[in-house]
Amino acid sequence: MAFFLETLLGGLMSGMLYSLVALGFVLIYKASGVFNFAQGAMVLFAALSMARFSEWIPEWLGMDNLFMANVLAFAVSVVVMFVVAWLIERLVLRHLVNQEGATLLMATLGIAYFLDGVGQTIFGSDIYKIDVGMPKEPVMMLESVFEGGILINKEDFVAAFISALLVVALSIFFQKTSTGRALRAVADDHQAAQSIGIPLNRSWVIVWCVAGITALVAGVIWGSKLGAQFSLSTVALRALPVVILGGLTSVPGAIIGGLIIGVGEKLSEVYLGPYVGGGIEIWFAYMLALVFLLFRPQGLFGEKIIDRV
Amino acid sequence: MKLRKLAVAASIAAIGFSAALTAPAAYAAEDQFFPVLAYRTGAYAPNGAPWANGFVDYMKLTNARGGVNGVKMIWEECETAYATDRGVECYERLKGKHGGATAVQPLSTGITFALTEKAPVDKIPVITAGYGRSESQNGAVFGWNFPLVGTYWSGADVLVQHIAKKEGGFDKLKGKKITLVYHDSPYGKEPIALLQERAKMHGFNLSLLPVAHPGVEQKATWLQIRQNKPDYVFLWGWGVMNSTAIKEAQATGYPREKMYGVWWSGAEPDVKDVGDGAKGYNALAMQHGAEPNAKVVKEVLEKLHAKGQGTGPKEEVGQVLYMRGLISAMVQTEAVRVAQGRYGKGKHITGEQMRWGLENLNLDQKALDGLGFAGVMRPVHTTCIDHMGSGFARVHTWDGKKWNFSSDWYEADQKVLRPMVMLASGKYAEEKKITPRTPEDCKK
Repeated sequence: MAFFLETLLGGLMSGMLYSLVALGFVLIYKASGVFNFAQGAMVLFAALSMARFSEWIPEWLGMDNLFMANVLAFAVSVVVMFVVAWLIERLVLRHLVNQEGATLLMATLGIAYFLDGVGQTIFGSDIYKIDVGMPKEPVMMLESVFEGGILINKEDFVAAFISALLVVALSIFFQKTSTGRALRAVADDHQAAQSIGIPLNRSWVIVWCVAGITALVAGVIWGSKLGAQFSLSTVALRALPVVILGGLTSVPGAIIGGLIIGVGEKLSEVYLGPYVGGGIEIWFAYMLALVFLLFRPQGLFGEKIIDRV
Repeated sequence: MKLRKLAVAASIAAIGFSAALTAPAAYAAEDQFFPVLAYRTGAYAPNGAPWANGFVDYMKLTNARGGVNGVKMIWEECETAYATDRGVECYERLKGKHGGATAVQPLSTGITFALTEKAPVDKIPVITAGYGRSESQNGAVFGWNFPLVGTYWSGADVLVQHIAKKEGGFDKLKGKKITLVYHDSPYGKEPIALLQERAKMHGFNLSLLPVAHPGVEQKATWLQIRQNKPDYVFLWGWGVMNSTAIKEAQATGYPREKMYGVWWSGAEPDVKDVGDGAKGYNALAMQHGAEPNAKVVKEVLEKLHAKGQGTGPKEEVGQVLYMRGLISAMVQTEAVRVAQGRYGKGKHITGEQMRWGLENLNLDQKALDGLGFAGVMRPVHTTCIDHMGSGFARVHTWDGKKWNFSSDWYEADQKVLRPMVMLASGKYAEEKKITPRTPEDCKK
């Protein structure tokens, strides 16, 4: 029982981390109707920026304060992600207004490859450390109930808490602010939004900036766990089944989807894996998402699309 | 419009610039060409780049020393990103350049599997120092594969020997639990056969936990380890999988002192980002470890890096994977020298002649010392039948800042390895309808 609970909790916390990346997909889709394949590349780019600037800034300024170095590196990385967002809008999206969804998807695929390459060229392709003081040692709980207790990964716990905070902030932004409502209007119909005076280009820059900050938070957390290195871009592949399952337009869907995928893949690996040779968690997550789609094609919380004939 | 023109101009300039970078330098007919299949981008770049830097630096050093009897080494790098398809594409693109490739080193077991059938047709030796197919040690069947200095079976064998020594003898392994955490790829699966054989011999329980590429998600794996509480964990990872495994071990409280990595899981990129969390973690040293004081390292720094001609960062020179690249280039360079001894000093040699050189390598301690490798590695002596040439290894341990040797030398037990090599290579020969080479064939 204790082991089952450990696996379950581990899955839930992993799920929250997937949700963090999935949020980036949802934000951009929700606000611009673009399925942003470059989200993983943005996470990598942001993490590399954070890792390298936290290394370079103390050298440049001759300081020896880790906290200040991290704060400054984060601030610089926010600016970097804003510049990336502005460039994407200016050089790519602006020229593709009212194009087919597939065209926009392919454009983001190109952006993904470009960011992967440029990120490694500017910041290097080694493994870089992000040290934001995340706790690394485990903690044991319920030792009086279960023999040996239940192991909790403190780092995952803190990361899950930060993810939850970000989700709350984003939900408020989209539901309660005029900018958030304007972004949703743009997503529904570019032309209609423009006709009532919503500036399309500015909206896109804003949403890509918000997605950039989400990518930065995800990059810092994942980078602290795994080191800032190329494989962070593949974390996006783990978030894909989350958005498939949760629905592309729902922030709560990204969270619930993340939790289901996280728990599903961990339990499957531990309990089914040994019967089929192990290493199943990646494809199992996709299979789980596809099974959900059979019953709810729009995802758990996605908007049902109804077209008049 | 201006922006578009600017973009087009920039693209043309970039293409021109990259073409200039990859364009071969002028070369003489007797120069010896080596394709360099490297990966400086992608998930495995942190481990691939130091190897490539060491490899290229040794060829530069050879040229700085005057070449091999005056013959200069030339090379061209091709990025594989550790992907088999791209590796094969690189091989096909480069094999015929500059008078033909002398030998190729894929730095990937997957690419090695793909090239094993191409090499006999193209007559280009495939050198896989410390990786590749373990059964390719048998040169009678695998005439063009050279797993020089060590195979995964020899590595796994040494690991079991080391554990047995720690426990007080092979008989003490009975009932022990050993878990292999491996990269779910041809590379990661290689040691399984040897470990299963040793488990049968000594009665330890072996459990296998695969990790999917690239290895960033291992939580379920380490939860299973926490539940099973193995006495030892062997790690057969590459790239980010290694540091992730050590971090997960820390997060689940598994003692790093009981973890043993293969020689591809025991370099600076695997532990430096983990720092103190990796303290006590052990790994095999494929003969060499980090060798900042080796004579050859000092020579590289003096003749190349001090003049701004080095490859990669100066701080990397002497680190584990850099040394692996250096050694990989050294054995091929010495094979050129051996082949020249038979086919003409100072002359260009073909791939076929290179094979003869590789099959007659006799790097004794004096030769190694002369090349600057004293204390770094042990003698290598190959034959037509034995394409490995040396099965020595030792263990090194991370102290939080650097790798230190923590064991004496071990030699893989050929009484265990040889029957396995003969059986597996025999099966391969049967499947591919290969007639094993005879002693007469070896003389050619």
